[in-house]
Amino acid sequence: MQINPMEQFRVEPIIPLHIAGYDVSFTNQALVMCVVVAAISIFMFIATSSRKLVPSRTQSLAEISYEFVGDMIHSAAGEEGFKFFPFVFTIFFFVLFCNFFGLIPGVFTVTSQIAVTFALASLVILAVIVTGFMRHGIGFLKLFVPKAPLALLFLLVPIELISFLTRPISLSVRLFANMLAGHTMLKVFAGFVIALGGAGGILTALSIAPMLLIIAITLLELLVAFLQAYVFAILTCIYLSEALHLHDHH
Amino acid sequence: MSVEAAKMIGAGLACIALVGAGAGIGNVFGSYLSGALRNPGAAASQTTNLLLGFALCEATGLFGLVIALLILFAF
Repeated sequence: MQINPMEQFRVEPIIPLHIAGYDVSFTNQALVMCVVVAAISIFMFIATSSRKLVPSRTQSLAEISYEFVGDMIHSAAGEEGFKFFPFVFTIFFFVLFCNFFGLIPGVFTVTSQIAVTFALASLVILAVIVTGFMRHGIGFLKLFVPKAPLALLFLLVPIELISFLTRPISLSVRLFANMLAGHTMLKVFAGFVIALGGAGGILTALSIAPMLLIIAITLLELLVAFLQAYVFAILTCIYLSEALHLHDHH
Repeated sequence: MSVEAAKMIGAGLACIALVGAGAGIGNVFGSYLSGALRNPGAAASQTTNLLLGFALCEATGLFGLVIALLILFAF
């Protein structure tokens, strides 16, 4: 039996919809994103609906996540970065829940689509550029001119410029490629289980080995899912911090 | 050599990127451990940088994977 490990990433329309020649169908991807947003909203709503001084278990979960993101912003962007708390919190939880929902067998992984991660990353870079120009005006361009001798600047300014312009690409590809690689690996090992299980005799008994490996990889993927959401959020904080403080804050 | 065969070879070659990623991740964790064992008090404060370094390192290997996928499926 042949199994295509890329099959799981296919975007399928659930409700076909075409407007002015564009395909805007409601897809399985859109469905999972809606479920993710609903899940986060419901969790936060329940956790904060009955606020007590001594928190219940759900409330303290919400408090822990608030403090976690708060500490992250504080360490990366300082006191001023707290203006962006809702932005960073939303991005962190959206990516985290998308990653975790994708690990449920059979559920589409939203963050394994470059379109989704690139949209998120460009949103971040857009926020950085708008913040930088609003705060420093044209002086924001000083971000590309580090303190260095004039002769070196001819080399350094293009490098800084390129490193800034490739940020949305590296930010999106990191998340997308991690999710893609992880889920492909899971499906490849799942293919081993099926192939061995159908082989008969001693080979069928051996199919337990890749099965155990899948469980181990799933645990690793849980770590990666959290780590990638964390890295995405903390890089957002670092980029915003650069826009706020230019080069004088590290 | 057919285009199909060249594609396969190219995709395989793209996986060489993992050499650098492996060495890099090893270096990140190795350096962290040697630093943490010398000064355990400062270890906890550096986990953010550790994870950041790990993720940045790992991404370079995954760029190789993306190139491999592009070669195999996009052309």
